[in-house]
Amino acid sequence: MSIEIRGLTHTYNPGTPLARTAIKNINLTIEDGETLAIIGHTGSGKSTLVQHLNGLLKPTSGTIKVDGVDITQKGVDLRSIRWKVGLVFQYPEHQLFEETVWDDVAFGPRNMGLSDEEVRSRVERALAAVDIDTALAERSPFELSGGEKRRVAIAGVLAMEPSVLVLDEPTAGLDPRGRQDMLRQIQRLQAERDLTVVFVSHNMAEVATLADRLVVMERGEIVMEGPPKTIFAQGEQLERIGLGVPEMTALMAKLREKGWDVPDSVLTVDEAEEAIMAVLRREARVGTGGDL
Amino acid sequence: MMGNKDSFITVDKVSFSYTGESGAAEGTALDQVSLNIAAGEFVAIVGHNGSGKSTLAKHLNGLLLPTSGDVWVAGMNTKDEQHRWDIRQTVGMVFQNPDNQIVAATVEEDVAFGPENLGLPTELIRSRVDEALAVVGMSEYAEAPPHSLSGGQKQRVAIAGVIAMRPRCLVLDEPTAMLDPVGRREVMETISRLNEEEGITVVLITHFMDEAVKAHRVVVMDEGKIVQEGQPAAVFQEIDLLRELRLDVPPVIELASRLRAKSLALPEAILTVDEMVTALCQLRSEV
Repeated sequence: MSIEIRGLTHTYNPGTPLARTAIKNINLTIEDGETLAIIGHTGSGKSTLVQHLNGLLKPTSGTIKVDGVDITQKGVDLRSIRWKVGLVFQYPEHQLFEETVWDDVAFGPRNMGLSDEEVRSRVERALAAVDIDTALAERSPFELSGGEKRRVAIAGVLAMEPSVLVLDEPTAGLDPRGRQDMLRQIQRLQAERDLTVVFVSHNMAEVATLADRLVVMERGEIVMEGPPKTIFAQGEQLERIGLGVPEMTALMAKLREKGWDVPDSVLTVDEAEEAIMAVLRREARVGTGGDL
Repeated sequence: MMGNKDSFITVDKVSFSYTGESGAAEGTALDQVSLNIAAGEFVAIVGHNGSGKSTLAKHLNGLLLPTSGDVWVAGMNTKDEQHRWDIRQTVGMVFQNPDNQIVAATVEEDVAFGPENLGLPTELIRSRVDEALAVVGMSEYAEAPPHSLSGGQKQRVAIAGVIAMRPRCLVLDEPTAMLDPVGRREVMETISRLNEEEGITVVLITHFMDEAVKAHRVVVMDEGKIVQEGQPAAVFQEIDLLRELRLDVPPVIELASRLRAKSLALPEAILTVDEMVTALCQLRSEV
């Protein structure tokens, strides 16, 4: 399912002395099945933008078409939009409220008016998708670890079986293991359910590995857009707006300054290893060349 | 015994169990942990949630007391009721969420909160607040309302609030976990400066290995025990252990290890991008 955003502007507290335009004139098409990452530092408008994708925020001006339907028009059934576009907030575990994990995940599908049987199978599928053992289902969500709580919160959105999953900083505050699990699950969901995924992140390494395309925001506007390799090749511009590049990309840039002929599109350790070895091999300056 | 003579903080065979409502022990959070921290040292503690690192941190200023074993701070046992206040003043704590640590309507009032509670004279409070804000680079925001600040700025204000108490040691429990890259950099620069220029002992609890490499010493915890300890260059060579514990291996260190496996003669101590660039250029210029 695609989302088309045209001329989107959002002003908080319009017409008051506190008026603040958080995003202005955003044009963006989110393609069906892609994984899109939105980066930018705090206050750049990322969260404001994603909260429009399911109609949670109303634009001050502009249109948002979800699957061809302009959700900014009067009379649009926003509930059905929210079933199609699932939004997971920052620190979603703060919004768990039911007495058991099961009830928390079942809350959405029950509200959709589904049969008990359908609710049950959706809750089971959603918990499985985030690797939460059904043995935990009768526990209070508050007894779980931070990473587990967050996965339960995501399961609550998945149980509505949306076509688009929007996550606002899904790995913030998790420990390395929690972060690795979360990324793997997002990847798996994307592949298995053919989901369109939009996520906000501060972590350049995870953006580089997960996203098909990046959108860089600064002061409420989209300033760069393209595949990770193209975006991260522009290290200086990213640095200027207070964002970094993945460590391997930075390493290649510094080697190039020292006269190494290495590409600017390197993102991972594998690619960096290959690029360095290629230079050294070409110059045949290492060892006898036997195992190179 | 008053703790190890060369050690500013001595953790001696400390075990700790959290107790449930019934008073029964609910699992061991620390299991016979011993650790010496020298004055002026910068120690990073890494490990997963549940590894015991935050529990250990809370022992360093007596927020938690050992179930068995002892913690000595500048010769004072944290179990000794009469030293409790001195210990809290000697070792200041900074937590993860800056929003939970800020109490006042302006930045300077917030930083003044601790010194006011010490009952210091007004002029002395003024000078301590000014100094603390200068040290964290927040002087120009003295009169700003804290809610108008970025996450990194708020966390620096929280650090200033602790610094204004003139502690000899700062314990920071994941101070950058909720910050964006700019905020993380600001806070890490502040921490390094406090250690290098002000001589404050720093204990940094973190999930970010690129922060841990900046410490003098890294302590790795798992299941309530210290499983590895040493200089960053040595600890981070143990890639297999880090993998096994599912901690992140910093990309530069992984690259160095792979290049060595291809028989490139790289030195052991490569932790940063700049060190890698220097080593590679060196290698290329030889032959």
